Parts: sequence; structure tokens; C-alpha cells
Amino acid sequence: MARVVVDVMLKPEILDPQGQAVANALPRLGVSDVSSVRIGRRIEIEFAGEPDLATAREIADKLLANPVIEDFSIRVEEQAGDAASVSA
Amino acid sequence: MRIGVVTFPGSLDDGDAARAVRIAGGEAVRLWHGDADLHGVDAVVLPGGFSYGDALRCGAIARFAPVMETIVDAARGGLPVLGICNGFQVLCEAHLLPGALTRNQHLHFRNRDQHLRIGTTETAWTSNFTEGEEILIPVKNGEGCFVADTKTLDALEAEGRIVAWYTRGNPNGSQRDIAAITNEAGNVVGIMPHPEHAVEALTGPSLDGLGFFTSALRHLAGAAGGQLTGGATR
Repeated sequence: MARVVVDVMLKPEILDPQGQAVANALPRLGVSDVSSVRIGRRIEIEFAGEPDLATAREIADKLLANPVIEDFSIRVEEQAGDAASVSA
Repeated sequence: MRIGVVTFPGSLDDGDAARAVRIAGGEAVRLWHGDADLHGVDAVVLPGGFSYGDALRCGAIARFAPVMETIVDAARGGLPVLGICNGFQVLCEAHLLPGALTRNQHLHFRNRDQHLRIGTTETAWTSNFTEGEEILIPVKNGEGCFVADTKTLDALEAEGRIVAWYTRGNPNGSQRDIAAITNEAGNVVGIMPHPEHAVEALTGPSLDGLGFFTSALRHLAGAAGGQLTGGATR
């Protein structure tokens, strides 16, 4: 079994006040060489059978991301547990 | 005139919206998110609150509610629809209005009485105001920062589709101080502040919110009678 991972990020031109708040907190950790932090969202979709990229893309396009302000990328991720069981 | 008020799981201001409709002189009809039937209403209000707990993005799940599928079709056919706060977010997510509402720039929830300047009276919901009129109604949101690309913002301005601007201070960082916009036909309006909380002297900072609801009733009376449409059709 495999899962489809969707990463949703605000478009570069959209201000990310949460990311800015995190970046502004970094000096308190003693970190001073970070120029920018942007926060996105990772969504894991488990299909009952084979991963269906076309369906995942439709889900991402219609629901997971708002195309007005966000971009998304999709990939299939092999699960570590499965890999171990295959090698065993 | 029958004005429907939708209740989603997590709606907060549906009761106040229905009350505002009644005070304005209309009949409020409660609509349920899971029921695709609009029960013959002449207009619809999408109220404020946190539909579906704001899961994913504000308004993102509500857009797919059975009642919304019907409302989207009816709105494209001219049904007057007013989205307040979360309702505005739902209208943007449903692509009935352009742009998106994002996290307030300063990250704080803002709850205060807010001055607005009316931009256009040529909508189904603002014909009883005058252009440039200043009104005072409550604002309360955490994700009310209106954003859109420059082309869209320019088009909204050029086509006179900005229904209201924030004035005497922008509460959330909205681009070009936009508080409310309308679609090309003028029947769909989204507004971030809350007109339904400013309809009675006892509880509101003014009675200025009433104008949105009386405008809709006037628009509907005009449509029914073939006259008195005012500037409500574009």
C-alpha cells in the first residue's frame, strides 16, 4: 500500500503572517541567519487500493488548495513499514 | 418577502441574521446546510460563524454542503445572496466572488465597532444607502484579510464592485481597505463586518446594518412589482 502526499503552500506573492511570526521568534532561540519562514500544510491521503494520483489531484485542486492563494504539489510516498515487510 | 438564513454546523450568527430580516420587515426562513431545497425563498443570507470548525480553510467545507450547490446555481441566475463574515468566506470559496479571506495580518482576532464607507449602492443589498455614506457596524474576525491579485483588485475598483471600504482604521490588513465586494451582476455581496449586529439600539452601536436588509426587501419588491428597483439591477 502507498499513500499520496499533498503539499499546499501559499503562493509566493501572498503574505504569510504566521511564517513571519515564527521568523521573528528565531532570534530568541539564538538563530540569526534565517531570512524567511513560510508555513504550509501537508495532507496524507490513504487509498483503500492502489494510490490514484488523478483522483488525488482532483481532491487537491477542488478542496485541499484554494487556487486563488495557494499552490500544491502531489507525490506518492512508499511507507517505511511496507518497505521493511517487503525486505523481510 | 421571504429571506432564507442558512445554518451550517458551527454557524453563530444565524439567529441574529434571521432577527435582522424580521426587524427589516421580511419573513426569515431558516435553511439547513444538509437540505438542498431553498423552500421558495426570494433571497439568502449566509451568516457568520465557524462553519465546519473552519477545517482546512474558512468556508472550504461549507462550499460543498448540499444547500450551497443549490445556492450557487440560484445565485448565478440572479438570486440575491448576502454572505456575512464566514458567509463571505464561503462565497469566495464557492467562486461566486473573487479573491480570498486570509489570516489577519497582525494575527490577532479583532472585535470592535468599525466605520465603513459605502462604495456602491448598485447592488441588491445596498440600494438604501448613499454612495460615500459612512456607517458604523461591528467587525469580529480572525481571518478577514481580503487578498486578490492586482488585476482583480483593479477590476473591482474600475467596475465599481467595492461595496464598502474600512475607514478610520483597517482592522485586518485587507488589501485596499476592502470590507465588502459584489459580483458583476450585483446580486451577490460579501461583507466581513456584521450588519446583522447593528439593527437595534439596545445591542448595536447603530442601526446602520438594517440598510442591507431593507435594501434587499426593496429590491425584491421592485422585482416583483416591475418597479421601484432603484439601482439594484446593473
